Amino acid sequence: MKKDTRINWVLTILLIIGTITVFFPLYMAFIIAFKQPSEMTNDVTGALAFPSKWSLGNFTLAMEVTDFWHSLGNSLLITLATIGLAILIHSVAGYAIGRNMAKKKSFRIIYLYIVSGMFVPFSILMMPLVKQTSQMGLGNRLGVILLYLVFYMPMNILLYTGYLKNIPVVLEEAAGIDGANTWRTYWKIIFPMMGPMHATVAVLTALGTWNDVMTPLVIMAGTGENTLPLAQLNFQTQFGTNYNLAFASYILSLIPILIFYIVCQKQILSGVANGAVKG
Amino acid sequence: MNKRNKMTNRDKTYWAIIIPVLILFFTFNTLPMLKGFFYSFTNYRGYGTYEYVGFRNYIDLFSDARVGKSYLFTFKYALAGTVLVNVLSLIMALGLNSRIRFKSALRGIYFIPNVLGGLVIGYIFSFIFTYILPAAGTALHIGWLQNSILASEKAAWVGVLIVGVWQAVAMNTIIYISGLQTVPEDVYEACMLDGANKWTEFFKVTLPLVVPFITINLVLSTKNLLMVFDQIMSLTKGGPAQSTESISYLIYKNGMDGGQFGFQSANAVIFFLVIVAISIFQMTVLGKKEEQL
Repeated sequence: MKKDTRINWVLTILLIIGTITVFFPLYMAFIIAFKQPSEMTNDVTGALAFPSKWSLGNFTLAMEVTDFWHSLGNSLLITLATIGLAILIHSVAGYAIGRNMAKKKSFRIIYLYIVSGMFVPFSILMMPLVKQTSQMGLGNRLGVILLYLVFYMPMNILLYTGYLKNIPVVLEEAAGIDGANTWRTYWKIIFPMMGPMHATVAVLTALGTWNDVMTPLVIMAGTGENTLPLAQLNFQTQFGTNYNLAFASYILSLIPILIFYIVCQKQILSGVANGAVKG
Repeated sequence: MNKRNKMTNRDKTYWAIIIPVLILFFTFNTLPMLKGFFYSFTNYRGYGTYEYVGFRNYIDLFSDARVGKSYLFTFKYALAGTVLVNVLSLIMALGLNSRIRFKSALRGIYFIPNVLGGLVIGYIFSFIFTYILPAAGTALHIGWLQNSILASEKAAWVGVLIVGVWQAVAMNTIIYISGLQTVPEDVYEACMLDGANKWTEFFKVTLPLVVPFITINLVLSTKNLLMVFDQIMSLTKGGPAQSTESISYLIYKNGMDGGQFGFQSANAVIFFLVIVAISIFQMTVLGKKEEQL
């Protein structure tokens, strides 16, 4: 039988037209960010036309008003620290659980205990956590990182233990005969072998933490520190009705994650798909 | 003797790894949950002294009009959202998985809404709903479009829904695409030989084979939509007239600043049970429909 390999052009064109739903809001935000308040008119063409002059004035002002670099630094610090620690801690915990789950009941219970945390909504933890973190002196960036490590633990342990099933135990046993202990065997042999899963965990953790508003909002309140999304929320009053300044700030806050997405698009898409399928 | 000794050493390492992790998880997940559960039986305001009030908060919860309204909004939003998101993303996935040009570029573009933060996206859409759509309504003489939908008590939830769906479709499409890719090519070829048309092929062959992915997507999208917060924060702040106050938003607002720590803890406990019940229901019902090749 001959396989039908013709390109479906009608569908291609429909899907290309459909991308307007994605690009329109972004285009509009971009255009407004470059305009002056005097250029804002009350009709559609006025809002979507090019600015009379492409000036970066709104962006430099927005950077000053929202302390952009500082917020960006905080977001980067929190996200990168969370990813790094998640890969180290969750993978080794996943290893300890995964290698013992089949034989020992205790580890099976630990597995179910941690994974069931996936259904706990932040709302129920929020109020006690605010009190608890401030009592422990963790009402700050470090506290947010620790909380993220706990919030992403159920999903990540699920992913790591699932992936571990594909790595034969024979390898560790061979290393064990050579005299390497469990701890060394893990870091020398198993950890590098879980590379694809580290990528998935990094992507899912990054997307979740970078855009999260609620955790830093309640935990870091009063420290004067902002993450990038939090700055947008906290400077709403300062933007007032100056939409051009506000949109310049929004665009600035979207640029880092968009760059990350464009650079790592392939890993991100496969990471999301893997995460959902295994999870 | 030697072997047994080695086993215990190995076990020691495993426990040395898992105990600190368990302590961390307990401290920041189980402990606050237990505390929340405890506070739900008190009249704690978030500061000062408090008393044990038994099930009063839970009883009050069911007669509180504002809580009732937030549940109504959240369920309406999650139900409409889940249906829309799953239908749209399945259609998108079928399109993006067929023989088209620029396949990977298009897949990449349609995922963009999901990498952007809900808060900022909410602000951008808020401008569209407040200025662009009414301007378009005026220009085209469409009456109902001439006022911002976010200002209307009846329609504001639709605005929030549009933004929520816009972001969630991106995520679920990717998952459906990976589902469609698990259906082997020869299944479709067999269909063609049998003379089945595209509709029969889709409903009788493709759909039953991707049921596991429908389960994942339903559980995921329902859970995320039920917990809606960022979009509310940036689009409506729960208004107008508390018509778009989601459960998460109400717990945040009244629990943190409204002096209802105890009462909203009870609300959170119920909310948690609702999420668990819905997830389990979805998984068991759809689990029965799964088919293997």
